[in-house]
Amino acid sequence: MDLIVNIIVSGLISGSIFALLAIGFSLIFGVARIVNIAHTAFYMVAAYCIYFATHKMSLHPVWGMVGAVVLVTLLGLISYKIFINPIREHEGAVLIATIALAMAFQEIMVLKFTGTYLSVPSLVKGYFVILGVKVFYQQLLTFCVALLIMAGLWILLMRTKLGLAIRSTAQDREVANLMGINEAQVAMMTMGISVGLAALTGAIVVPLTTLEPHMWLHPLIMMMAVVVLGGLGSLKGSFLGAYILGFAEALVVFLAPMGAFLKGSVALSVMILVLLIRPEGLFGVSFEEER
Amino acid sequence: MGLILFYFRKLFTVLKNEVLVLPSRVVVVFFFLFLLLLPLFTKDPYLLRIFTLTSIFAILAASWDLLSGFTGQMNFGHALFFGVGAYAAALLNRHANLPPWGTIPLGALAAVVAGLVIGIPCLRLRGTYLALTTLAFPIILMGLVFAFPDLTGGELGISGIARLARSRVADYYIAVVLMLGLCTIMWKITDSNTGIIFHAIREDELAVRASGINTTRYKLLAFCLSGFFAGVSGGLYAHFMRIAGPSTLEVSLSFQVVIWAIFGGIVTIYGPVGAVFVLFPLLEFLRFWQDYRTLMFAGVVLLILLYMPDGLFRWLRDKIEKECPRCKIRNVAMRHTCRVCTAPLD
Repeated sequence: MDLIVNIIVSGLISGSIFALLAIGFSLIFGVARIVNIAHTAFYMVAAYCIYFATHKMSLHPVWGMVGAVVLVTLLGLISYKIFINPIREHEGAVLIATIALAMAFQEIMVLKFTGTYLSVPSLVKGYFVILGVKVFYQQLLTFCVALLIMAGLWILLMRTKLGLAIRSTAQDREVANLMGINEAQVAMMTMGISVGLAALTGAIVVPLTTLEPHMWLHPLIMMMAVVVLGGLGSLKGSFLGAYILGFAEALVVFLAPMGAFLKGSVALSVMILVLLIRPEGLFGVSFEEER
Repeated sequence: MGLILFYFRKLFTVLKNEVLVLPSRVVVVFFFLFLLLLPLFTKDPYLLRIFTLTSIFAILAASWDLLSGFTGQMNFGHALFFGVGAYAAALLNRHANLPPWGTIPLGALAAVVAGLVIGIPCLRLRGTYLALTTLAFPIILMGLVFAFPDLTGGELGISGIARLARSRVADYYIAVVLMLGLCTIMWKITDSNTGIIFHAIREDELAVRASGINTTRYKLLAFCLSGFFAGVSGGLYAHFMRIAGPSTLEVSLSFQVVIWAIFGGIVTIYGPVGAVFVLFPLLEFLRFWQDYRTLMFAGVVLLILLYMPDGLFRWLRDKIEKECPRCKIRNVAMRHTCRVCTAPLD
């Protein structure tokens, strides 16, 4: 029984984190056709910012989180303006530019904080017990905040003018341009929102994980798997795909004998199986091929 | 005697009329000569080791270009072929006691099989979907490697493999000659009819299908060919380093290959090879700056991309050569008229 509760708790939390990351990633892909490998690197930078604020400047973690989100969003916009915007027409070049950016961030963090494992204290202490399993309040908080952020994002995309502009640019860039939407500006805004989401995810996840400069690689892979599984550019797909893969990971970790090693493999195999049946992902629309 | 003289004269004519007229071809000749004659001037084991590894990775980068550059099938999991080649060679060497000249081709065949296995499900995907899906395969295999440590050595890998050759110089010659040979073969493949079909698949797959060509078969062929060459480089790596570990399957290796290829310029074969020969030694010589090495590397890549998004070697080639607007033959940038059809070059 406690095994089931464990699986549910860990599946829900990793699922929400993957969902937040995947939505940010697929937003900027939809609007600007940028495959942003550095997406989870921003998440890592945010986590380190919070560590710096709480341990080196001894601020309250909440201020650290606010500062981290603002700083990382600015960092994302600056790196977009300098490194990605000038080469946006060259798909391959954008790809390795973002890989190089991620590597650069990783190296800067290694230089600044060395490669050791660090941790940040949780915001709320204590735990409660369901069916003999300890559930920390921090886990509950992370899950609720993740849901809140997703709800906020949904309102932003579906109910505001900016959201309409983002959705229409994602659907057809040229026609959106003809309708008087400033495409470059929308791309810039979307980059800001996307990086901001990554930073927020980093902020809410940091009390639950250990920090190290390579912590962006595993979420990157899972995030890409989620995006492919759910269908590129589909928010509903990213949401559902994230929970599917989150639970697949949790099941393997708790049930299989060599679970910790196999969790990535099994989750990715699930993705490939789904793709064999539906090549455009769960909720992806199969586009008429762009020629 | 007459025959020898004839071939000698033919060689001379080709050299004079086809090679010496274009600076890029002269550079290639010098590159071949430099690599083949290097051990005559220096026996420094460190230098030879760097160039041996550079050659091995040059094969890998060129094989990525053959698949992803030419047919446009973005492969983000190229480390899979490398790792399968390395592990297969290592296992065959340890358990069947085959010498390197047997294990490397068999390892390459195993990588071909891997190419088929990932090629078949990936044929239905295109573009970004394909890129993100292929990223998954080496990670799945890595999970399996960790889950069965009895066979694969787990985190430590398989060590104690036979050496490639007796001495460093012999190692160097095996790697360099294989690199030059295989890259020439790859370049010839891309220059043949098959290569033209690869180009066409990248540009417009629908049009290729409409002209009655089975694109599925050609895409699988590209996966297998690329897997073969990458498998050879994996086997060479295993025998040279005498260890096949999980680092051969890492995501960072897959990314590294993509960086090399795009940095040098894709759809060229010579671009990725040149890029490896620039970036890999550069990274080694920055060793005295240990801490800043990777940061400098990322910085160089970012800066070069800003000014030459088509890749370094294409940019250089366009600076020193011009294409004739009438007959599409390349000329030195200094000429005012085309060397073949005498049309004025602008």
